[in-house]
Amino acid sequence: MSQSKLNNIEQVDSIYMEIKSYLIGFVLSIILTAIPFWSVMKAPFDKQITIAVVLVTAIVQIVVHLKYFLHLDFSTKGRLNTFSFLFTALVIVMVVGLSVWIIYAANALMM
Amino acid sequence: MSIFGKLTLESIPYHEPIIMVTLAAVAVIGIVIAGLITKYKKWNVLWNDWFTSVDHKRLGIMYIVLAMVMLIRGFSDAIMMRTQQALATNGAAGYLPPEHYDQIFTAHGVIMIIFMAMPFMIGLMNLVVPLQIGARDVAFPFLNNLSFWLTASGAVLINISLGLGEFAKTGWVAYPPLSELAFSPGVGVDYYIWALQISGIGTTLTGVNFIATVLKMRAPGMKLMQMPIFTWTCTWANILIVASFPILTALLAMLTLDRYMDFHFFTNAGGGNAMMYINLFWAWGHPEVYILILPAFGIFSEVISTFTSKRLFGYKSMVWASGAISILGFIVWLHHFFTMGSSANVNAFFGVMTMVIAVPTGVKLFNWLFTIYRGRLRVTVPVLWTLGFMTTFTIGGMTGVLLALPGADYVLHNSLFLIAHFHNTIVGGAVFGYLAGFAYWFPKAMGFTLNERLGKASFWCWQVGFYVAFMPLYVLGFLGMTRRISHTDNPDWNFWIYFAAVGAFIIFAGIVLQFVQLYVSFRDREQNLDTTGDPWNGHTLEWSIASPPQFYNFAVTPRVSDIDAFTDMKEKGIAYQRYAQYQPIHMPKNTACGVLIALALTAAGFAAVWHILWLAIAGLMGAFIVFLVRAYNNGHDYYVQGDEITAIETAHLDAVAKGAV
Amino acid sequence: MNMEIATERMTQQVLSADPVEHHDSDDTKLFGFWLYLMTDCILFASVFATYAVLYMNTDGGVSGKDIFELNFVLVETLSLLFSSITFGFAFICAKRNKRIATLSWLLVTFALGCVFIGMEVYEFHHLIMAGHGPQRSAFLSSFFALVGLHGLHVTAGLIWMAIMMVEILKTGLNNRSITRLNCLSLFWHFLDIVWICVFTLVYLLGVIS
Repeated sequence: MSQSKLNNIEQVDSIYMEIKSYLIGFVLSIILTAIPFWSVMKAPFDKQITIAVVLVTAIVQIVVHLKYFLHLDFSTKGRLNTFSFLFTALVIVMVVGLSVWIIYAANALMM
Repeated sequence: MSIFGKLTLESIPYHEPIIMVTLAAVAVIGIVIAGLITKYKKWNVLWNDWFTSVDHKRLGIMYIVLAMVMLIRGFSDAIMMRTQQALATNGAAGYLPPEHYDQIFTAHGVIMIIFMAMPFMIGLMNLVVPLQIGARDVAFPFLNNLSFWLTASGAVLINISLGLGEFAKTGWVAYPPLSELAFSPGVGVDYYIWALQISGIGTTLTGVNFIATVLKMRAPGMKLMQMPIFTWTCTWANILIVASFPILTALLAMLTLDRYMDFHFFTNAGGGNAMMYINLFWAWGHPEVYILILPAFGIFSEVISTFTSKRLFGYKSMVWASGAISILGFIVWLHHFFTMGSSANVNAFFGVMTMVIAVPTGVKLFNWLFTIYRGRLRVTVPVLWTLGFMTTFTIGGMTGVLLALPGADYVLHNSLFLIAHFHNTIVGGAVFGYLAGFAYWFPKAMGFTLNERLGKASFWCWQVGFYVAFMPLYVLGFLGMTRRISHTDNPDWNFWIYFAAVGAFIIFAGIVLQFVQLYVSFRDREQNLDTTGDPWNGHTLEWSIASPPQFYNFAVTPRVSDIDAFTDMKEKGIAYQRYAQYQPIHMPKNTACGVLIALALTAAGFAAVWHILWLAIAGLMGAFIVFLVRAYNNGHDYYVQGDEITAIETAHLDAVAKGAV
Repeated sequence: MNMEIATERMTQQVLSADPVEHHDSDDTKLFGFWLYLMTDCILFASVFATYAVLYMNTDGGVSGKDIFELNFVLVETLSLLFSSITFGFAFICAKRNKRIATLSWLLVTFALGCVFIGMEVYEFHHLIMAGHGPQRSAFLSSFFALVGLHGLHVTAGLIWMAIMMVEILKTGLNNRSITRLNCLSLFWHFLDIVWICVFTLVYLLGVIS
């Protein structure tokens, strides 16, 4: 009896924790979407700064999504997912980065 | 357009006697095989026990059969090229018209890489990896079956192209703009696209499946750094599959859009950039060659360790060298197109990286040498292949480092020097490795050992034939002969071209001997039965169970505390334990869904080649519906009862006891 | 030889085997699905790389600056973001076996997804009608392919979601449907991340340059 009651309390506790986690993620995402759109549409900064703002907010927002929506972490249970994501990110950086470098360097020579 | 799209009776190449004779021969062989199956009433066995099987061991065997069949096809192409070049010197035309010759060299490349080497590697991996980690099956048995049939589907499409229409005339890389509709209006490139696309998706799924298997289903106690080395190298190969095959998928999809819907990714017009195709192709293609070679490295390690009866020297460095190769393998791809003319910095970066990647490979070679050092090497067939590999691959590696110099590459690019180099590494590395693995694990899969004498004869034919066939190509490369030439008119080249043709026939003898060996071994199997399940005094868990393994692999999940888990068990005296009772084992049921989905997708791929819209839609819908049916059907599994296991295990352990006395 | 010792032993040893360990197959399924998502990441990365290489090749046609409407993209983005949190709520309810609540949240998510796809189809249709179809230039080819690939994924997600709703309606919430819902949740949130890259790299940076 008391055991099930205890479970219930834990469950209620965790449901609020979960909802809270999603809400934090959601609010952060809204903010991190609003900033780049605003800085491009209203153009309060010069071009270089705007580009930096847009890129930084995008990266931060990706991290927010990974943490709050996809629940990536370094716990024993979630570690494998996180490491496979980090490896994928590394491959993407290498493939996309080097591809862009290769083609732009070739284009520059053909101008 | 008619309901058959572009397909008409004219699509059958009546006017090509060589193709028609080939088709007739294939038809005769097909009818004979079908007749034999009917005569011995084996259709049921074939369907129930093999085609629909979700057992990784049976799928492994089917992959290897597929690889063998495609080896015959791919090698026929090779010997046709060699004879054509030998006959077409001094300006003679030879017997193959250029448009046919072009299809042959394309088909040879595609088949040997995608439909011979890959299935062979994946077949061995299927057969061995779950056994080595003490698992009952892979993580997703149904997916495994589906992957096999998707690979087979690609192979079927490529073979259909022989009798209906044509195959690509672009080389196996299908570079645009040549592969674009404007320059290749036929269906050849479309066959290429769909065969690679369908089988590529199957390969990606295999990669996902085996990573999940290795990370989630190891026997209790087995740490990652205690996995057998073959399992480790396969795991790195699977990581590379998962990371690189999607690039191929995306690339082929973009070429498809160019050809079917007039997009402008790689076209000359509209601002397309053909260089991006070449770039992405090799961003997949270079990891692909490491996917082929890494498992072979694992096989050599297992073979050397077993037949010297020693622990592998430098297990950890072997694992990390494989990891280093996997990651570096992703930043060297530009060396396939130094001559594209990107900046000097780009070429320098990729040139240096290419030389760096030779280092971990060198580490491995020294590890093998040190394992042999002061060991008592039993010179069996797998060991012969390994020794052959060590010399041949080293030569290939050194010519590779030559080609890694952008300056040298500008001279040697697309010459026969390059052809000699990559055959040196892929044949001398990957294929020799698979053949070593084939001889090594054959008794495990089939329950009897292979004939040693014929195996050795086959090895020597391959080894000698290889040098005779490919060393002249280095010379020809220096003499300025480029690849993909159907006829020549340079007297300096003639001698070397004839020389190489002789080599091709010596390799041919090696392949024939391999099949003779299979036949003789099967005929004499009663004398060569492997009753103990451990014919070589093996180190790893696959040797701890019967040959062929019980369908549930392990009656009791083994507990592991050492890299050489089975050696450890033998030393502690806990191998071959008898139990009075066994717990029921949970097993997946066979299913026809994989075959049906692949069949529907083959139809869709064929329809896409010929622009038969209704059939393409029907095929896709069919595949989707079968998938849904599978997803919402219950009862995919059953339990093997303890009594049945007791009977099987007792019989096996009695046989072991008899063998040991 | 060791084998002899072993043989001797096994004749004496009559043990009962250990109970069979069941692997946590739901956990394995989720991990396998995650690995599939990683392959999807690379698929998208390849198309992103192609877009990055081709986006200036307008062949005399329109460039991103001429055709992108940021107000429109902002609404698309918000509908996806809202669908993310509603899916989160659906999944929270599912884990607590609240069938009706799960279905309601899924329905809201589905509607928001449809808004997104509807807007994207409208955008594509509008561009093609104005003569800016994917056949016009390499820039437009890669734009349509990249945004379209994401759209195809969202469509697949919607079909999957519809099937899941039917499943939950008919068989209720059980281990199997919750695992599947969990996979779909990963898929749906993953598509959000891809969309962040799309609106940043394609639309926002496209309008700036």
